[in-house]
Amino acid sequence: MTSRRTLADREDVLGGVMLAPALAYVVLLVGVPFFLAIALSFSNATAGSLSFQWTGLGNYAAILGDPIFLRALQNSVVVTVATQVLVIILATAAAQVFRATFRGKRFARFVLLLPWAVPVSLAAIAWTWIFDSTFSVINWSLKATGLLHGWLYWLGDPALALLAIIIVQAWRIFPFATVIVLAGLSSIPQEIIEAAIVDGAGFWRRLFQIELPLLLPVVAVAVLFGVVYTATDLGVVYILTGGGPANTTHVLPTLAFQRGILGADLGQGAAIAVFLLPFLIVVAVAMLRLARRAEVGGAAR
Amino acid sequence: MAGIEIRNLRKQFGDLPAVDGVDLSIRDGEFLVLLGSSGSGKTTLLRMIAGLERPTAGEIHIGGERVDGDVPPRARGIAMVFQSYALYPHRTVFQNIAFPLEASRTPRNRIEEKVRWAADMFGITRYLDRYPRQLSGGERQRVALCRALVRDPKVFLLDEPLANLDAKLRNTARDDLKQFQRQIQTTTVYVTHDQVEAMGLGDRIVVMEHGKVRQVGTPQEVYEDPVDTFVATFVGQPPMNLLAPRDASLPPGTLVGFRPEHLLPRSVFGAGEELATFRFAVRRVEYLGSDRYVYGAVAESAAPEATVIAKLPGTIPLTIPEGETHEFAVPRRLLRYFDADTGLRRRP
Repeated sequence: MTSRRTLADREDVLGGVMLAPALAYVVLLVGVPFFLAIALSFSNATAGSLSFQWTGLGNYAAILGDPIFLRALQNSVVVTVATQVLVIILATAAAQVFRATFRGKRFARFVLLLPWAVPVSLAAIAWTWIFDSTFSVINWSLKATGLLHGWLYWLGDPALALLAIIIVQAWRIFPFATVIVLAGLSSIPQEIIEAAIVDGAGFWRRLFQIELPLLLPVVAVAVLFGVVYTATDLGVVYILTGGGPANTTHVLPTLAFQRGILGADLGQGAAIAVFLLPFLIVVAVAMLRLARRAEVGGAAR
Repeated sequence: MAGIEIRNLRKQFGDLPAVDGVDLSIRDGEFLVLLGSSGSGKTTLLRMIAGLERPTAGEIHIGGERVDGDVPPRARGIAMVFQSYALYPHRTVFQNIAFPLEASRTPRNRIEEKVRWAADMFGITRYLDRYPRQLSGGERQRVALCRALVRDPKVFLLDEPLANLDAKLRNTARDDLKQFQRQIQTTTVYVTHDQVEAMGLGDRIVVMEHGKVRQVGTPQEVYEDPVDTFVATFVGQPPMNLLAPRDASLPPGTLVGFRPEHLLPRSVFGAGEELATFRFAVRRVEYLGSDRYVYGAVAESAAPEATVIAKLPGTIPLTIPEGETHEFAVPRRLLRYFDADTGLRRRP
């Protein structure tokens, strides 16, 4: 019997070794670019040149005086919030449907998950056709059912274009949220639901007073993911509207891309992107606290 | 207040009959215990009364009103306590107890009043602001009972409400439960697999097996006069001894049954008692404090290897050495006879 310790025996070292790849990935591909972006936002760096000068808060002063940026910031908030509201309603409804047993449930679930699996760019291109000013199937359908008399220029009207963006974002994210809510629903003990039935609670009372409160931590996770997906997404807006008409539908990522990469003003692009940060931090902290509170259930009181 | 009538009730899960033609008449104010092992259909029967399960066939009447079919649980005038208690984890004790009242749109001040009344009855008033997870098992069970009580139900349905309590607490909880039921006198149907609970709580016991009712009777009837060998061996711990005697005076195919506590050394009986004596070859003696269990075989059995158990109370101080044969006896009036083929009781 040899008593030589192998690497597998040395848990102190083993932990570090196994963490290293993930750590390297996070540091090199997330950490470095993140701090680089913050640094660049205080500079006048341009694409194609390696030399730059520090300009202090110059970039921030410039974008804060820029109505296009302010519009993009507002759009980011509107699109993100509206999308989450829509997603939660759709996901809760869909989860109720998928909780029941019916013929073809497996197929329906497969179809449900498709939007989530389809690449963003591909889906956005399909949606541009759906919202096309001439061929819009939505307009056709509305006209055929007699609900629409004029003609909607979905991507040509700033308000409608923003609505279109919200619809596509919600369509993209709600399957994922549905799966999360379904998992949450199945974690509620059957006896609790039955107790509520025996206690005389109807469908809506059960939904709003028993199921949704118990789902809160899970829904919070879904919303957190949804906010991150929506707020940081570039593809949908970029392909659907390109920020148009007349720069009215830009969100922070598309504007940052336009200014920083296409416009080669890396400094200003970085400054715009940095505005995503406090926004996401506030949301993340709020959501985690919400989840924690629901978990602890006021035990600290 | 209401009795329950159940007629030819059946419930089929696929090919499996969970409840297979049950007729039962539960009196107003009665404490009825459904006793059976898992899979006997007792819980399914309870859930059908509650309206959580739809019968495949048959009728259920609560308080003279037919409720099988489309009458939802809330319209049946029932309240149910689940094995897990099924308290709402995100609601305080007060909110838990108030929930059925809110669902029935009771005015706010009336809710407050009823919750306090129920909480007072179970001595949990000081926990009203706590959450279920902050309570012990016994306290949770009382919250679940409170929640059932505030509805003023016609019928209480209890699904193994003591099963999740630890053994020490179970005795007190059983006593509390029985006191409480005597006080409010509401018809109660209680499901359990624990015969001690069944004997201790039930005005009558319904012994179930494979979806069928084997016997309905008071604890004493079920224990002393089991209708068949299943009930005879299911109720009682250790179970009733059953043996095929080599006795020409009995018709062929007869089993003789007697309770272990009735098989005692011959010498403890008085002269006036009419006895059936057995030569009892003692294999092992188990000392259990208040009792001794004596394991062995009797020569009078057609299958002399079959284990027979005698339960000697501590008040009989005789030493019973292992490996020896003793003269034991059972008073003849305590012998029970069964048909070996059908298992049914035979009157001699």
